[in-house]
Amino acid sequence: MYIDPHIHMVSRTTDDYARMAQAGCVAITEPAFWAGFDRSSPAGFYDYFRQLTESEPRRAADFGIKHYAWICINPKEAEDPGFAREVMQLIPEFLDKPNVLGVGEIGLNKNSKNELAIFEEQVAIADQYNQLILIHTPHLEDKLKGTKLIMDAIKRNTNIDPGRVLIDHVEEHTAKLVLDEGFWCGMTLYPDTKCTPQRATDIIEMYGSERIWINSAGDWGCSDPLAVPKCRVEMKRRGHSRETIEKISFGNPQRFLGQCEKFTP
Amino acid sequence: MSVPIPRSKVVDLYFMEHRAKVLDIAAFLDRHDRAAVDSNEEDFRMTALRTAIEILLDGQGDRARRIQESFSDHSTEPIEKAAMQGALGAIRKS
Repeated sequence: MYIDPHIHMVSRTTDDYARMAQAGCVAITEPAFWAGFDRSSPAGFYDYFRQLTESEPRRAADFGIKHYAWICINPKEAEDPGFAREVMQLIPEFLDKPNVLGVGEIGLNKNSKNELAIFEEQVAIADQYNQLILIHTPHLEDKLKGTKLIMDAIKRNTNIDPGRVLIDHVEEHTAKLVLDEGFWCGMTLYPDTKCTPQRATDIIEMYGSERIWINSAGDWGCSDPLAVPKCRVEMKRRGHSRETIEKISFGNPQRFLGQCEKFTP
Repeated sequence: MSVPIPRSKVVDLYFMEHRAKVLDIAAFLDRHDRAAVDSNEEDFRMTALRTAIEILLDGQGDRARRIQESFSDHSTEPIEKAAMQGALGAIRKS
């Protein structure tokens, strides 16, 4: 039994739901993200948010999987602040939906001034509505700087409890930084550009199993919706206990997400 | 938390996988050498890869973290405007 706490099922086939259920997936959470192209209007986001809160929960339920979502404008479409603010006006309406756990995945992409401004404004929305926050950190060469800018912005601007914020896509150079500041962190199992199951297991061995989870971030790119069970196998192969494996892939997501009363896997 | 298995088992489990990966790097460098030269300067990504390989062989620990840092942008201020949406994997040093 496992939870994939970050996967973009709008980009996946129904067959993937079937295979995930067969592998033991009981719940997923789906953050709002970039669709691989820039949407041309806030109405495009409105329809996407409806898909996350109406259509996907039904599709998941057909396979006994509980579907939860996060709402936001993602950092890749935040370079135009006027456009981003129009989309942000839609967020409060969707925070009330029964499967929405919080604001996410907000964050930075290229670490620009506009991205940072929109990030801070969405953190303020989360603060105002007392929501959990799921954070995207930048890719590759931009990750280290972006992770530091994100943590600084939260600490500088808010009184938000870091225990209610998960900073995702950590790797070897950012995991400890995030954990040392009291945030939760996520490791994304993604080919080439993020963690392999082997490296994710290494990071757990180096930094421990507290406040950390694994996810597939399966989406429209080359990615693997079965990455979480594959990492469970890797941990087992390496001799980790059943308790540690369950903690990383079920207990920890349940603990973080359970801070929102809507989450009942 | 330490690695739950001894070194010999680590080798048993992972040697073949990483033998193949080393050969991939070697073949990539050979392929790069065999290709026609179309610039007087080495691509910054190749320079970054050579730096990473030096870290790999320097005999110090924490290689994965240090290589990640060697590929990373260490500036501290937000950039004025995002000129692209993607990432290249290494930082262009001027």
